[in-house]
Amino acid sequence: MSDNPVRDAITDAIRDHEILLFMKGTPEQPMCGFSARTSAALETLGAEYAAVDVLPDPRIRAELSTISNWPTIPQLFVRGELVGGCDIVTEMYESGELAAALGVKAPSDAPEQAPVAAEPGAPPLTIENNLVDRR
Amino acid sequence: MPSTDDLKQRIEAAIPGARADVLDLTGGGDHFRATVIAPDFAELSRIEQHRRVYAVFGPEIGGPIHALSLETRAE
Repeated sequence: MSDNPVRDAITDAIRDHEILLFMKGTPEQPMCGFSARTSAALETLGAEYAAVDVLPDPRIRAELSTISNWPTIPQLFVRGELVGGCDIVTEMYESGELAAALGVKAPSDAPEQAPVAAEPGAPPLTIENNLVDRR
Repeated sequence: MPSTDDLKQRIEAAIPGARADVLDLTGGGDHFRATVIAPDFAELSRIEQHRRVYAVFGPEIGGPIHALSLETRAE
């Protein structure tokens, strides 16, 4: 452990979750269109993923961007590697690369274009704001 | 407040041979979309291509440039 608990919690979360999305808000209640679109792509493909809301503490976003060398939110990690933000995830959804990267088979009724928002469905695993101390 | 022309010129000045088309998505001068075509991108992954463009603006991304949506390719 370092003397930076927020950074440690982020690196642990990236290591411990095969598919992990850092986003603004939650999959059920995204607070930004880019985050909504990225979580919708994962949901449409039926991927099981974990999500971290970066909004409760600005240190999460700051530390995450330092770790990932990526300035914006959302950020999708698969098996410990940054896949990209909304633009890349959307492109990969539409080319079929996203399903392959996630190790899932796209449902036969999945739209060809990445959906703008998720259909209501089973909620994914959400990491409650356990990355930081609750205050 | 940055303009689409500012962003276009800065991207094209910073990345050799780049051509950039920049749209202001909301008209508010803070949500932009850029399509950037640059020969140097041929050797970069998609993530690295986007990092290269984001690097032109540094901390302005997430600041005055609230959002910069990107499409990048080599040609």
